Amino acid sequence: MNYDILVVGGGPIGSTAARFAAKNGVEDVLVIEKRQEIGSPVRCAEGVSLSWLDELEIDESRAEDFIKWKVKGAKLYSPDGKNMTIGKEIAGDEVGAVVERDIFDKEMAVLAGEEGVDFMLKTAATDVIKKDGKIVGVEAKRMGEKFEIKADLVIGADGFESQIGRWAGLYEPVSSKDIMTCFQYRMANIDFEEDYTHFYLGTAAPGGYVWIFPKGRDKANVGLGIQLTQLDGGKTAKDYLDEFIDSHEGLKKGQALDMVAGGVEVQSPLESVTMDGMILVGDAARVVDPITGGGIANGMKQAKIAGEEVAKAIKQGRTDEDFFDGYEKRWRDRLEDKLWRNYLAKEKATELEDEEFDKIIDALSEVKLEEMSTEAILKGVQKKYPELVESFEDML
Amino acid sequence: MSVEVDMDKCMHCGACVGTCPENVLFLNDLVLEVNEGCIRCELCVRGCPVGALKLRGD
Repeated sequence: MNYDILVVGGGPIGSTAARFAAKNGVEDVLVIEKRQEIGSPVRCAEGVSLSWLDELEIDESRAEDFIKWKVKGAKLYSPDGKNMTIGKEIAGDEVGAVVERDIFDKEMAVLAGEEGVDFMLKTAATDVIKKDGKIVGVEAKRMGEKFEIKADLVIGADGFESQIGRWAGLYEPVSSKDIMTCFQYRMANIDFEEDYTHFYLGTAAPGGYVWIFPKGRDKANVGLGIQLTQLDGGKTAKDYLDEFIDSHEGLKKGQALDMVAGGVEVQSPLESVTMDGMILVGDAARVVDPITGGGIANGMKQAKIAGEEVAKAIKQGRTDEDFFDGYEKRWRDRLEDKLWRNYLAKEKATELEDEEFDKIIDALSEVKLEEMSTEAILKGVQKKYPELVESFEDML
Repeated sequence: MSVEVDMDKCMHCGACVGTCPENVLFLNDLVLEVNEGCIRCELCVRGCPVGALKLRGD
């Protein structure tokens, strides 16, 4: 089996990289997905802003197929129960809508298929094939059969597990302080404010947050992510979430329609996501936003760039690492600044005690935030709690 | 097997796979494979959102 480009991973990022590669002239593009269904089971909180849909050339009518609910903004809650509201224009990449990931993922695959991309399901890569230090394909298995897929270029879009990167040698272990362990229920028959996405800060989810992302009048994804280093020994992410739900009457009365678990990396950008014959994209390239844990927005933007750049590579017959400097430069120009800023903010935020969260939310609930930047937040807090801001001065 | 998986709890989510620094674990859709090379760092045990993993001998 021989292809110009092989994409490992049929999530929205893999499909989008394939789509734009094909759209820009690559003839033979294959996406392999180890699961038997694109997009399912869903492993996501499903909250996204919609600001990148235009850039990704996804028209509104198609978007209506996968947008389940739209929100006005976000509400942040402190441990002592106060809250502040942020309008969706400034709330960042996870706020705006809640999508149905299984439909969204399939629609991104359909868009790729429209450009002539081939898909193989229930097909897992089991190793990369290297020749003289260059990646020339993968070993795969499907329905009991083992075989090789040769490709001029392999794109690793295989998510948090990132096996392709590991096998290729393009891998750095993620530090445990940069790993979030997550659990979520899709709930129904709950009482809550369905016009907002809700974020609960503090020790209910140490080093992370509890989220309630609405999917209807009385339905929502209710989940949390906890920093691996702050897990109480013997307690699981599920335990923490069950406790939270138990202590909130509006949630406790509800029922679970499904259960989802997963890991997310929230680290600083990698030194390199490219090598001879291969590039990484999406969660596999670790472009998850470190503050929100959201991977879709950054991943989709990076995937389009990846598709365009690999098309150039195939056209010019150059799949060596040096040629991918173009990809590295473009995606870093687009995303790296914000990734670093949010990483530094996350490093600080994960150290905050409950009383500090209480003060921050208390102060911010009395000001009108112009933007969700660390600077704006610190300025907002400084008025009421100057001593708290002093310890964060190095962040300004 | 260095790491034992309780398949009654396993959510097939891959959190353990991504957490392992030694690439010992591999999730083939619904089957979690445990390979050689475990250094008993226990990151997978702690990282599992439902506590489905434990080290052999614990």
